[in-house]
Amino acid sequence: MTQNSMHTFEIRDYLREELMPHFMCPGCGHGIALRALLWAIHELEIDKDCLAIVSGIGCSGRVGTYIDANTVHVTHGRPLAYATGLKLARPDLEVIVITGDGDCLAIGGNHLIHACRRNLNLTCIMLNNEIYGMTGGQVSPTTSQDRFTTTTPLGNHEPGFDACKLAAAAGAGLVGREITLQAPALKNLIKEGISHPGFAFLEVISDCTEIYGRKNQLGESPEMMLSQKASTRSDVYRNTVDQPFRPNAFETGVLTRNDRPEYAAAYRKHIEKKTLI
Amino acid sequence: MQGNHACALGAVAAGCRFYAGYPITPSSEVAERMSLELPKVGGTFIQMEDEIASMGAVLGASMGGVKALTATSGPGFSLKQENLGYASMTEIPCVIVNVMRGGPSTGMPTRASQADVMQARWGSHGDHPVIVLTPASVDEIFTETVRAFNLSELLRVPVVLLYDEIIGHLVETIELRKPADLALFERKWTKVAPDEYLPFAATDNGVPEMARPGDGYRTHTTGLTHGENGFPTQNPAEVDRVMRRLLGKLDRNRSLIESYEALACDDADILIVAYGITSRAARRAVKLGREQGIKVGLFRPISLWPFPQLPLVEIADSATKILVPEMNAGQLCLEIERLCSPASRVSRMNRIDGEAITPAEILARVKTLEPNR
Repeated sequence: MTQNSMHTFEIRDYLREELMPHFMCPGCGHGIALRALLWAIHELEIDKDCLAIVSGIGCSGRVGTYIDANTVHVTHGRPLAYATGLKLARPDLEVIVITGDGDCLAIGGNHLIHACRRNLNLTCIMLNNEIYGMTGGQVSPTTSQDRFTTTTPLGNHEPGFDACKLAAAAGAGLVGREITLQAPALKNLIKEGISHPGFAFLEVISDCTEIYGRKNQLGESPEMMLSQKASTRSDVYRNTVDQPFRPNAFETGVLTRNDRPEYAAAYRKHIEKKTLI
Repeated sequence: MQGNHACALGAVAAGCRFYAGYPITPSSEVAERMSLELPKVGGTFIQMEDEIASMGAVLGASMGGVKALTATSGPGFSLKQENLGYASMTEIPCVIVNVMRGGPSTGMPTRASQADVMQARWGSHGDHPVIVLTPASVDEIFTETVRAFNLSELLRVPVVLLYDEIIGHLVETIELRKPADLALFERKWTKVAPDEYLPFAATDNGVPEMARPGDGYRTHTTGLTHGENGFPTQNPAEVDRVMRRLLGKLDRNRSLIESYEALACDDADILIVAYGITSRAARRAVKLGREQGIKVGLFRPISLWPFPQLPLVEIADSATKILVPEMNAGQLCLEIERLCSPASRVSRMNRIDGEAITPAEILARVKTLEPNR
């Protein structure tokens, strides 16, 4: 073990403290996700100089800014595309994408499908708070049915989408989900995702207390998180695995593993063989 | 060799080691050739899921320190524009090829046009710097591709290589230059100590030095308006300063970028301003016209944006008439009318049917402009 892992995790070692106070609302789950990510990075002993965080637009997109690493805040929905180029050009970098439910599933949905299909060694952390928070609380692909948002004033008539099923079906190397209430478990899941030699899609069930919670009278952050905890009932989830939409229950932890060849390694091997002929 | 293939070989000779693209007529041969050439030099080719992703991947690779290229045509060029603006804002070098076809919309994919002159300059939102180069032969595609990479690396500006379908598919003999025979400019990587480094502070030519990920700088890159330290700012004084520096980069380096050819201009009463395939018809028209005693000349801009404005103004000063033939409904003529006062001297000549403008058509039009008629 190196010296780094000997001492306990100190979040300040990984933050740009000069940027504090951060801009997240009180009760927002994104801060816990950020802490879990940095904790995982610490335990995996990843060199900050070789860590690249690529994020898109929205509340999730601003989270990466606070990390003391090579951080890139790109256009809406496109972090997976930028990360694909960066990782292919620089395999030595640990490239982690932080995205949100709108960024990743709506405007960036196509990129997610193809990132899963390619299985390039990236880790994609999707912070799912079921809402477009930054723009004022509009409905997103994962907003639960009947919930109120600023663009579903009569309640959402669409069911919330299950991104993990999409990612698994599209061939992602590892698919997992965790809630922010279980921070150590979230940290361990992120570690698994980063360590997996392929594309890892991790959904973090976050909470938007300030906009979504208030609008739907879901209580303060602790109530929202406890309600998420109550939804992690695997017996209910398993009965609905064939549905692309999430019922009011979901499973957590590593959901699927797919040991397919990693994209960059496969490309190098392929062109080496062909160029020799 | 075909024009699109010359583009690919020029890119590889310029040190390009990454290509991301999406198939679109009439540019696909650039991608096809890159998929063949890049593995030979240890580079990476990837066909992405769409044009947006292609542009994103190109910028990701360039941020990693690798010269990167993408190629497309009108509709795909539109899709690239948001990320092209990101490149302008974050000053990430990249080269984008747009092989122009008939538009708007799907238009005529296999027919030529020159209708993206304004999209190339103004296609992305907001004030943004972009360089546009327009070669007129297969050999010039090779040399201008090299120059596109040089300018992009040196000035940290996206460079658009804009040529029509005819030049792209034209087969001509070219001189294949080896990288050792080319003057190649490399990006200026900073040597400033990490704790003193400001990623967006101007250097002598207005261009900030870049830091390579992995070298200990741990910078932040954002499309949000940012200060010299790279972090978002809305402070009016700071925004004004950084935006003026960003937008002023091309003006400060005009002499490096601006390029043109002047043919038989010294005593020309009638000046033709033409680019791309149309300039080749114009060249023939000038030769035929001169043989018939008509004082006609050709000004051919190679850098479209920034436009070589002072040379044109000087050359056009003595011309009584200026003719701007273009395969569009009238785009570059707007710039010529703006520059060449009085604008009443400027005549437009446009074809929008997918066919090239012929030397005979230009010559016939020149004759109607002769002062003694």
